[in-house]
Amino acid sequence: MSTAGFAAGSNARIRVSAALFRRPWLRGGLLLSGPLAWFVLIYLAALVVLFISSLWSVDSFTGNLVHTWTLDNFKTLVEVDTYRTIALRTIGIAAAVTVTDAILALPFAFFAVRIAPKRLQGVLFVAVLIPLWSSYLVRVYVWRLILAKDGVLNWALGQVGLGSLNIGYSNWAMWIVFSYIWLPFMILPIWSAIERVPDSYIEASADLGARGWRTFRTVLFPLILPGIAAGSIFTFSLTLGDYITPTLVGGAGSDFIGNVVYQNVGVASNVPFAAAFATAPLVVMGVYLLIARRMGAFEAL
Amino acid sequence: MRLAKIDWVLGVVLAAMVVAVSACGSSSSSSSSANLPTKIGAGEGQLNLVAWEGYAEPKWVKPYEAKTGCKVHAKYAGSSDEMVTLMRQGGGGQYDMVSASGDASLRLIRGGEVAPMNVDLVPEWKNFFPQLQSPSHNTVDGKHYGISLQWGPNTLLYNAKSVTPAPTSWSVIYSGQYKGQVTVPANPIQIADAALYLSRTKPSLGISDPYELTEAQLNAAGELLKQQKPLIKKYWALASDEIELFKNGDTVIGAAWPYQYSQLKGDKEPVEQIIPKEGATGWADTWMLSAHAKHPNCAYEWVNWVSSPKVQAEQATTYGETPVNEKACGEMEKIEKGSCSVYHANAPASYFDSIKFWKTPVAECGNGQNDCMDYSKWQQKWTEVTG
Repeated sequence: MSTAGFAAGSNARIRVSAALFRRPWLRGGLLLSGPLAWFVLIYLAALVVLFISSLWSVDSFTGNLVHTWTLDNFKTLVEVDTYRTIALRTIGIAAAVTVTDAILALPFAFFAVRIAPKRLQGVLFVAVLIPLWSSYLVRVYVWRLILAKDGVLNWALGQVGLGSLNIGYSNWAMWIVFSYIWLPFMILPIWSAIERVPDSYIEASADLGARGWRTFRTVLFPLILPGIAAGSIFTFSLTLGDYITPTLVGGAGSDFIGNVVYQNVGVASNVPFAAAFATAPLVVMGVYLLIARRMGAFEAL
Repeated sequence: MRLAKIDWVLGVVLAAMVVAVSACGSSSSSSSSANLPTKIGAGEGQLNLVAWEGYAEPKWVKPYEAKTGCKVHAKYAGSSDEMVTLMRQGGGGQYDMVSASGDASLRLIRGGEVAPMNVDLVPEWKNFFPQLQSPSHNTVDGKHYGISLQWGPNTLLYNAKSVTPAPTSWSVIYSGQYKGQVTVPANPIQIADAALYLSRTKPSLGISDPYELTEAQLNAAGELLKQQKPLIKKYWALASDEIELFKNGDTVIGAAWPYQYSQLKGDKEPVEQIIPKEGATGWADTWMLSAHAKHPNCAYEWVNWVSSPKVQAEQATTYGETPVNEKACGEMEKIEKGSCSVYHANAPASYFDSIKFWKTPVAECGNGQNDCMDYSKWQQKWTEVTG
């Protein structure tokens, strides 16, 4: 009996594996179904739900959802100036932060990879990563203390007789803090992009008579551009979706898209409107990723 | 084959949509009109509160925990809107009680988030000032949706070193005198402060109640706030934000609660507060019981605890507000001589009547007409102004 059972069992197993062998697509499908289901259910479904709820509305007094289809939320977004201002401010600062970080990260990464001795290189690498070990909130709060009117910055400026700056709680403060916070995410992709350029290219360029600047412009820069594009995806998208830094260091009129979303979900309980506004950064990021892909950012990641 | 795969993906997405729609559709509010408890049973071991900052201080929470065995978890909210949202989240069972102000309480009652309470189980209730036993902001159709707690005005807070001469009017936060050094709450109800100021300075607008504004009146208040925006350093969300702004010298004047004043005073900052000549808005808070409370016995123990004269006095003197229990006056004198009259615990009813207490703006005006702007309009206006 036990041998019969064993035989039946192994027969079935052989049949299944034979069937799988004959149909490679089925094999692949089964292997992929787990991750794919995860992707579809957790990731895409969340986006679908987000979009569906943006077409609902909220009863203004009781705060309950009203499940009738309406485009009012999107209409409000387009018609009210404030939301356009907020969207443009968000995109503008995200772009400014990205450019700033690229300008700061490029010479730093170049020095670390090409010029610094091996030991210093290790030290610099750790120095880039160390801020990431402390909490985001702590770092933002520290900046708040630095930029405050009676803060460290104005104290230092006063010591050298330069008067004082009044940039605490403003868009300038947000620009500085964002640039600081996301800088490592720009340095690392550029670092690895520069590392990948073979020394022989630089030597060949020099042999052909190109000076330093020309070598950088025509040989090095095109090769590390994908790295910059990859880093910019991080700095741009992280700034675009943030709402904590605007809350903590922003002033009057420093709201980001994220702040409006947060206020509508956490404070006003108007999830449909929040969902409608949340589709704006999705669209912006989609366009941005398409551009970044053309620049080869995905190969550099 | 390719087509089949796409069909399959579409099918899953559609199924997800259907599930999402039906899940959201089934959540409906049920206002529980269950019969009231007649006695307080054994405590459940914990109590989850949504409270204003400073309403769950260790000074009176610790003895309560020791006495009842109910461990208190307090979540501080920065605005009435946030309180309402917190009480609604996740079906409402997350929190047992909320210290709702008058502009949140009716929304919570109508939305079915809070349940009636039995005042007979709160013996101290009989000692409350008459106007706070069954006020219209927490008592509907004779049902008590909570027990009154404390009340007070929103004040004008200023740094006495930088702001001279001492202000007497709200005009200092609307004129350019202290440009870039002003702070006001990040809260749509702040529109009422502007409306109150306009009701005195521009009588032609005909504002009689700062919470009942027609479209023209709301627009006028919005205009005033838009002019004010360049003067503002930051709209504060939490009381602790404003305290930091004053400490670091970023702001020297602003709209505040007495809590910020007493905290800054305690840290020896040179601040003063006044109720300007135009009058002030204010709040009257109520501990309300969630309709889905998981720890109702601890909740009843809590309202009994905070209604007692001693705790009423402790909270009043810590926060700088007025107790609802008439007997708190004597206890306040024990804590700090003269504090009973400083915090108006023995003030006549006319003082109570002089404050314009927060309430939820609704379409229905006091005059029987329906042309007032409801709260969602206020929120929109506020976003337009501050965004």
